[in-house]
Formats: sequence, C-alpha cells, structure tokens
Amino acid sequence: MRKVSFPYMGTSYIPFNKLLTALGNEVVLPPRPNAETISLGCKFAPEFACYPFKIVLGTYVQVLEAGADTLVSTGGVGPCRAGLYTTLQEKILKDLGYNFEMITLEPPGRHLKDLITSIKKLINTRLSFKDYINIGRFVWKQLTLLDKAERLSHKVRPLEVKKGETTRTYKKCVDLVSGAQSIKELTEIEREIELLYECIEKKDFDPVKIGIVGEIYVLLEPSANLEIEETLGDLGVYVERSMFLAGYTVSNAVMDLFHMAGERDIKKLASPYFKEMCGGHGRESVGNAVHFAKRGFDGLIQLSPFTCIPEIVAKSILPRVCEERGMGFLAITLDEQTGKEGVKTRLEAFVDMLAAKRKKLKTTTIKPQLVKEMS
Amino acid sequence: MKIGIPRALAYYAYYPFIKTFFERLGLDVVVSDETTKEIMDKGVEDAITDACVPVKLFHGHVKNIKDRVDYVFVPRLVSVNNEATFCPKFLGLPDMLACSVTDFKNLLEVRIDLKKKRLRLFMLCMSAARRFRKGFFTAYNAYFKALYSFKNYTHQFLQGGIPPLGIVAQRKNLPIRLGVVGYPYMLYDPYLSLDLIKKLINMGAYVVTPEMVPEKDKLKQARKLKKTLFWTFSNNVVRTAYHFFEKRCVDGIIHITAFGCGPDFIVDKLMELEARSRNMPYLTITLDEQTGQEGLNTRLEAFVDMLKIKRAKKEAALA
Ligand code: SF4
Repeated sequence: MRKVSFPYMGTSYIPFNKLLTALGNEVVLPPRPNAETISLGCKFAPEFACYPFKIVLGTYVQVLEAGADTLVSTGGVGPCRAGLYTTLQEKILKDLGYNFEMITLEPPGRHLKDLITSIKKLINTRLSFKDYINIGRFVWKQLTLLDKAERLSHKVRPLEVKKGETTRTYKKCVDLVSGAQSIKELTEIEREIELLYECIEKKDFDPVKIGIVGEIYVLLEPSANLEIEETLGDLGVYVERSMFLAGYTVSNAVMDLFHMAGERDIKKLASPYFKEMCGGHGRESVGNAVHFAKRGFDGLIQLSPFTCIPEIVAKSILPRVCEERGMGFLAITLDEQTGKEGVKTRLEAFVDMLAAKRKKLKTTTIKPQLVKEMS
Repeated sequence: MKIGIPRALAYYAYYPFIKTFFERLGLDVVVSDETTKEIMDKGVEDAITDACVPVKLFHGHVKNIKDRVDYVFVPRLVSVNNEATFCPKFLGLPDMLACSVTDFKNLLEVRIDLKKKRLRLFMLCMSAARRFRKGFFTAYNAYFKALYSFKNYTHQFLQGGIPPLGIVAQRKNLPIRLGVVGYPYMLYDPYLSLDLIKKLINMGAYVVTPEMVPEKDKLKQARKLKKTLFWTFSNNVVRTAYHFFEKRCVDGIIHITAFGCGPDFIVDKLMELEARSRNMPYLTITLDEQTGQEGLNTRLEAFVDMLKIKRAKKEAALA
C-alpha cells in the first residue's frame, strides 16, 4: 500500500486524511509544524527560501523519516513561485538520499490530463460511482464545517467572559468533526457546533475590528503566523480573515476548470490600485483590503513571509489604500526569526492606536458614514 | 517633448529598441544618469524595505529623472513569449511606483504583453505613437528602425562583445572561460555589480553571459526541467547554465543574484544542485546596496585562481 503524506496547513489535514484513506491509501499524518520542523527546513532549504517553503520542506523530512513513500502537494501556474516549490523540494530531498514519489496536483485548467493521471495514482481501491459521490460530499462537508467553527471562534473570542473558553470550544469542535464517520453525523455536529458557541458567556460591546490579508500559507497555518488570530482575540479584537480553505479550493480548482476568474468582485475592487494579476494573492490582498474598508473595519494587518514577491508589491500599495479609506495598517513579515513576544507587543500597540482613533471619531463624528457602518 | 527612461531593470535588456523607437518618433529621449551611490540611496529611501535591490534602484532612477522630463516611461512588462511572464515585481512596477514615490504625476505606463499574438508589438508601438500624435508612417518607420537596432545589439553579444559595458570584443586566447549568469540589470549595471565583469576580464577570463549564448542552444535545454519556470529572465539564466553543464564549454560558473530576489532562491538552488552532480565549479555572489569591493575581490580572485590551477593540471595531464 502507498504510504501517503502531505503538507500541514491549518485543519486541512482532517479532510485530506479522510479522502486519501477512503481512496485506499495509508496516510502518514504530518505533525503540526514545531521547532524541529522549522530547524530541519532551514537546514536544507536555500537561505532565501520563504518561510512556507522551509516549513513544508521540514514537514516532508519528518514524514519521510516516519516512513512515507509518496508526497502529495498542489502545484500552480505562476507567476508566484509557490507553483515551483515541489520541483525544487523534490530535487533537494532526492539529493539528501530519500526515496519517494512526488505527486503534484496541478490546477485543472491547463493541465487536466496531468491532474487525472496524478489522481489515478492515488486511487488504490475499487470504488463505485456512488462511493465517489459520498466521499466527495463527506469531505466537502468536513471542510465547510471546519471553516465554520473557525469563523465562529473569531467572532466569539473577543466577547468571551472566561478567558480561553473559546479556544477550548474550538478544539472540541475540531475533534468532533474529525471523529465523524458519516454525513448524517456531520449534519448533527453542525448544530452542535452552533450550540456550543452559543453557550459561551459573552460580554456585550462592539469590539475593534481588524481584517487580515496576506499569503495563504501563513494566513491559514496558525503555527506559521504565531497564532495571531488567537492573540488578537484575547486582546478583545474581532478578527476576520480574507481567506478560508473551502473558499480557496473552490476558486482554484472548480473555477479554473471552467476558465473562470475566481473572486471577481475582489479583483474589481483592487483594480484602481492594482491593475495586473501578479500571482500569489497580491491582488486579492489589495481587493480584500478595500472590501474590509467598505465594511467599516478599523484596521488591516498584512501577513507575508519574508521575500514573498506578490505580497511585497501589495505592501507598497496597501498603505495608500488604508490611508485613503481611514483604516489603520500594520504589515507583519514572518520568518523563522520572528518572535511571538515581539509580534504581540506590536499588535498591542496597534490595537491601542485603533481604539484611540475610534474614540476620537465617535466624539467628533467627522466621518458620520463610517460611524454608522461601525455601530 | 521629453521622455525619460530610467536606467534600470528592463532598460538593460531592451534599451536599443526603446531608445531608437522614441528617438525616431521625434521625441527627446533622456536616459537617467548612470547609477551612483546617490541614486541608490534615493531609491532605498522610497521603496519598501524588503524589495530587492534592482527594484529599489529603479525607484532611484525614476526620482533622478522625473523632474527633468514630460513623461517617465515605466513599462509594465508582462510577457514576451508564450511560456512565461516576468517576475511579479515587473508586473506590479507601475502600481508600486505610483504608491511609493511621492509627487509622481508624469508616469507613462505601457503594458507590454506579447503573448499569443504575432503582431502585438507592432500594434503596441502604433498605439504609443498615437498617444504622442505621430502619424502612421513615422511610427512604422520608427518601429523597423527600432527592431533593426535591437537585432544589431543582440548580434554584438553573439560576437563576444558586451555593448552595455562598452566591451566590443574579448581576446579569445585567455587562460580560462567563465560563465557569468544573472539578470541583465544585475550584470550590466557597473555600479550594482561592482564592475565585476570587467574585473574578471582583467583577471584573465573570457566571460560568457546568458545573452552571449545563441537562443536556439538555450531552447534545446528547455525540456531538461520538469516544469518551466514562470519567469522569462530566470528561464534564460537556468537554460544558459544547463547549456554550460552539457557542453562543458566553460571552466566555471558564477551566479550573480540580488539580495531579496524572490525567484532566485529557486534558480540558484537548481543550478547549485546540478553543478554539484556535474562536477562544475560554481560560485554564487549575492549583491546588495552595501556589498563591499574588498570582500568581493578576494572571492573572485580565489575562484579564478582555483580554476586556473585546475585547468593547468588538466592540460599537464593531457600533455
Ligand atoms: S527577478 Fe529578482 S531581482 Fe528581478 S525584480 Fe524580481 S525579485 Fe527583483
């Protein structure tokens, strides 16, 4: 049997695990990125590789050591370099003497045939058409539920009375979802998740609102972004992220198949500032920033790995966007040297600044429209 | 009317075309001054800190020229062939400049995307000419003159010259041949590259850069990689290196890269791994705004000396 593994990103390992097992593979679960992962990654990756590259490379080394013989990852078509990662990672790992097969899932738009051959390699049992449908539905439901649980946790955390309760609830939800066996169970779990969050005791006030944009890996993987959402939530801030896994999968796989440009409105919003698609999520970052501003958010945080090109382009544009629309802006660059404490201090200062600004706005009401939207 | 061309990035790859075209249209073409420390510093001031050196330098050149001309020509270089685009920073260049250079009103943005259309370049030139109210025939004429001068330029490279550095030809019987690969705006900016190519020539090396390798030799290497890289210049560099590995027509390879360059960590690692497995001496030099002359000289000398000794040994063994 194939022993398959894949990169770790947020809670995505739960549905992936289900999917690959159902298709008849043995799964070597990747560990959550830890200090060892990062030091392995830094050791073998080129110095200027970006942070996600290093984490993923470290993860690969760990799972290969644990006995995996097949690595699955997504590819991509430029101009962001993430689409080339697997090519280089494969070379580096082979150079280190590991023996394995790398399966890269390219987006279906341009490489439909490659994608089908890759997927065929991963199907190792006989399944009927109905089985496929069931697996698909189940995995999709899991994905959306995980996203939902996370979204709710962002909403509730700033309001919680007992510190840490939301985080505990969230963990419980994730466990529930990952333990589910059938679609029916998942539907019940959905209700339970809502109930669980409702039971948390909440304060009644209007928290400072911050939108987060940036590169997908550091956005979705809490260990890469130093649990920024949790930190902010504990500071009493409502956080909203521009990207979730389910949404990402749709826009990239399904839309691509039909050659549709995903997230059209976001692109339209970005167009006055950013006229060219430049790979990665540079343009989405700008578009989402405008979107957040329209909805009356107080601040914007951009997360980017060091030397991430599309985000650098975005970073030179975002300050202007935020200034024009009266939103605070903070750019955080992440790499293996970024310390959690340092980031926390910066976040605290940022949040204080936003709160003070809001107070001033409320008393002077210079921008009546903005205030209306916020309250 | 005066049109300004910043002496950075795409300039080094395509300036004969751009310059001739605008000149033939009857415009006053002003190229920004050669890079100096002052220009560099100005660029560093305005560009965001984690941008790569060449992009910072572009900011500097724009500032150097913007108050002297009516328009500053900032190309948005998307692609020149079907297989790849340029580095995302080229794609977002006008947007970046519009936001980071204060008081920059006379930006002339031209989007250059030659994918899949044969006549695209011609049409582009025509529409640019229309913007300056020039007639069709003037434009037509200018276009062909520009093409011709660009051909001439590439031809000079193939003859062993390096026109942007003013090198017309190199002596053929030098002791060693050295492949120097990197992006044109790194190699041919004497300030940024600390005049590295001339130094190497003075040390007794015949230097071969990517532009000096015929296009069709590079294309032959295209299939060696599992996946084509996404960036035109990077493909050029990697293919040149692979060509060197296969033909063994150089004694060693030096890769010049910019600090903070996004694509290059992939490019560099690919070449390094390949060089090791093929037993080809390989040296990476990372340049940034404060690379010192001293350190560089010693590294270059050591590398060249090593190659000379190796070569002498090989010749002795043959004799
Ligand atoms: S290729 Fe590298 S050096 Fe050139 S603009 Fe892009 S990041 Fe900068």
